[in-house]
Amino acid sequence: MEKNINVTLKIWRQSGPKAKGKFETYKLDQVSTDSSFLEMLDVLNEKLINEHKEPIAFDHDCREGICGMCSLFINGHPHGLDPGTTTCQLHMRRFNNGATITIEPWRSAAFPVIKDLMVDRSAFDKIIQAGGFVSVNTGGVPDGNALPISKVDSDEAMDAASCIGCGACVATCKNSSAMLFVAAKVSQLALLPQGKVEAAHRAKAMVAKMDELGFGNCTNTGACEAECPKNVSISHIARLNREFLNAKFKD
Amino acid sequence: MAQKQGSTSVESNQIDAKIPEGALAEKWNNYKAHQKLVNPSNKRRLDIIVVGTGLAGASAAASLAEMGFNVLNFCIQDSPRRAHSIAAQGGINAAKNYQNDGDSVYRLFYDTIKGGDYRAREANVYRLAEVSNNIIDQCVAQGVPFAREYGGLLDNRSFGGAQVSRTFYAKGQTGQQLLLGAYSALSRQIGKGQVKLFSRHEMLDVVVIDGRARGIIARNLITGKIERFFAHAVVVGTGGYGNTFFLSTNAMASNGSAAMQMYRKGAYFANPAYVQIHPTCIPVHGDYQSKLTLMSESLRNDGRIWVPKRKEDAEAIRSGKLKPTDLLEEDRDYYLERRYPAFGNLVPRDVASRAAKERCDAGYGVGNTGLAVYLDFSDSINRLGEKVVRDRYGNLFQMYEKIVDDNPYKTPMMIYPAIHYAMGGVWVDYELQTSVKGLFCIGEANFSDHGANRLGASALMQGLADGYFVLPYTVQNYLADQIQVPRMSTDLQEFVEAENAVNDKINKILKIKGKKSVDSIHRELGLIMWDFVGMGRNKTGLQHALEKIKEVRNEFWTNVYVPGQVDNLNNELEKALRLSDFIEIGELIARDALLREESCGGHFREEYQTPEGEALRNDDDFAFVSCWKYTGEGNEPVLLKETLNYEFVQRQQRNYKS
Repeated sequence: MEKNINVTLKIWRQSGPKAKGKFETYKLDQVSTDSSFLEMLDVLNEKLINEHKEPIAFDHDCREGICGMCSLFINGHPHGLDPGTTTCQLHMRRFNNGATITIEPWRSAAFPVIKDLMVDRSAFDKIIQAGGFVSVNTGGVPDGNALPISKVDSDEAMDAASCIGCGACVATCKNSSAMLFVAAKVSQLALLPQGKVEAAHRAKAMVAKMDELGFGNCTNTGACEAECPKNVSISHIARLNREFLNAKFKD
Repeated sequence: MAQKQGSTSVESNQIDAKIPEGALAEKWNNYKAHQKLVNPSNKRRLDIIVVGTGLAGASAAASLAEMGFNVLNFCIQDSPRRAHSIAAQGGINAAKNYQNDGDSVYRLFYDTIKGGDYRAREANVYRLAEVSNNIIDQCVAQGVPFAREYGGLLDNRSFGGAQVSRTFYAKGQTGQQLLLGAYSALSRQIGKGQVKLFSRHEMLDVVVIDGRARGIIARNLITGKIERFFAHAVVVGTGGYGNTFFLSTNAMASNGSAAMQMYRKGAYFANPAYVQIHPTCIPVHGDYQSKLTLMSESLRNDGRIWVPKRKEDAEAIRSGKLKPTDLLEEDRDYYLERRYPAFGNLVPRDVASRAAKERCDAGYGVGNTGLAVYLDFSDSINRLGEKVVRDRYGNLFQMYEKIVDDNPYKTPMMIYPAIHYAMGGVWVDYELQTSVKGLFCIGEANFSDHGANRLGASALMQGLADGYFVLPYTVQNYLADQIQVPRMSTDLQEFVEAENAVNDKINKILKIKGKKSVDSIHRELGLIMWDFVGMGRNKTGLQHALEKIKEVRNEFWTNVYVPGQVDNLNNELEKALRLSDFIEIGELIARDALLREESCGGHFREEYQTPEGEALRNDDDFAFVSCWKYTGEGNEPVLLKETLNYEFVQRQQRNYKS
């Protein structure tokens, strides 16, 4: 049932990539527990604007957990404490009256802060550009049913493909590793016959790009899997390692 | 090749859609066989701007680059993968007939024409149905993990407005998977250097030189810098204008500004009144609410929609004294099954939305506001088991539970209609070219192939059809005449003037320094639109809305407060610029709805309905596309008409009853 709570927000403010940031504290009263976390931030921003102060910059778009635009490190967890949830799907009913909530941007050398809570995640795009695709042009492809694919493989590929590219895995990893992100794509395509042809090249090219862009190595802590809002499994990292080693042995 | 007129009162201001001659099934093949081509060495010398990276934009940019053109691709998000196509849930239609249930290209064409209430172009829709099969093949080849049967072949489900199972899907995340497919093709071309990507860039104007589109002005959303870009042709795929209503299922940044920029540069705006109201969304719950969440139409495959049969039960439920699960089967009114026995819960969206409104207006609505109906899965769970239902819709149920804090496996979902999709948009001819030469419009941004109502699983089909299989051909036909045109300097007068106009507008907004936030004015606009230009429209209400929108416009231009500077990241400025266009679109929607004295598809004028409350078309007077032509700031737009001449299908009263 709906009720209202009062919260104290400690929010990271940083005017630009090179500027020094710091936490600012805001009190927000009468927040509806039915509102989403981002709607709570909207209310705060509306208040700041009415006081002629600069609103807090944060990324968000679809607000239904699929675009991967929202981020936020909430009380030490990417997308907050709820499992399998993006920040935009987090609701204020998960917080107690009087709670203090700390909100930070993703922290990773590969994701520099743009402003306040917004970070630059274009490194993810660059990794995909290095090989996260099947090299087919438009047109001239066989019939969709020409090649049967086992439902088990197809379903597993779908689970890997549900990655939304939000960067929570990197943000939570003590090494800032992008292994889960890379593995999700390598694994999806390696599981499907369409992607197998280039599997070796893909694994090498994407891993090389990841290293080049300043992401750290994987030490199997499993934090990425625990925090992934789409529950992408680290078993895909095992498959990536297999694909990568196979490719290297062939060299 | 102009279409000859029927017996309508429309004589003047006719528009030619350039539909090729020949039998319906041969038009597109004829076009492709006779169109002009550009040879590989000339393609290298031609630049194309593609604005937008959704299904239409990304697939177009990738396909054009594969062909050898130089592509400049723009998006407002931080990555092309985040365009709002990503949020489409249910599926994509194709006429594969894999299920052997009698489907064909003709039947998909016919269902789409009928679903659109006979207000779409026959030739376009037929082409759409034809290329639908290529789309599935293309996506499978890219590694899109569509749902499959145990035998390894592709699975299908049913969607509204069809009696066959022709919808391909990837869990409840079909849009995501199709977009990621297009994004991967696009990424491949970016990696090769054939596409230059400009993310976090927002188009603010189109530059027209000697009557042809030659570039755009865009704002770098990080630095605030206004930048100029030249190209031999400009393609815009920036989605729909549903956010005019403030609350919609669109993403927060979805907007209609690019469409309005094209409109102000001479492109006609077509059928703005055709806005789709989706029947299955999570109901509004509070005034702080920022958006509405869709529950996929696919749920209507297994969910049954009902309200209490007796008003006193509805009242008891609203006041919390009764639970829906307490009501016996005979006390429930499955009103869609009752009214439309042949299609039942799978009637098209406009029909389902109006039926929900009718029940709620009559006092049978549930939820604490009375503006909700039940979508009940108990029958399906009993029949199939919870596991099967979870496999089919698990992510949707989870999404519902997170928002509403109620378990839909145990109690029925509550749903209510919400603004979802814009059938109207920038007018384009058969080649997807607007009324400005060299300016093309694709995907939801154009007025497209859906007539007055779009069927489920057809938006993904249209976006990808435009981007992969139509535009790459038609752009080439245009550019074949442009191979001698050198790259132009962005210091030309037209670029300078366009940039100055953009700067003037921004400075004007920043200088207002009024008392109201952008969102608060946007909410006012949204309420007017929903109350008077929403599901049920009438003459008095629309006239009232036009007056109220004027007040909102005045409020915006005198009393908005936008903090921050122009030469910096400034979300409020971005929103203000978009709102200034939403106000103009809102007026166009109301104006178009007032003009159209009939009910068709998503446009329901209360004065024009059958005794049973169904939409009553007027084919004698309104079988046309209304095309609005801009005539300068503060002036009334001029109405032009493209008559819809039906040569192959006979128009009928839509019937989903028998």
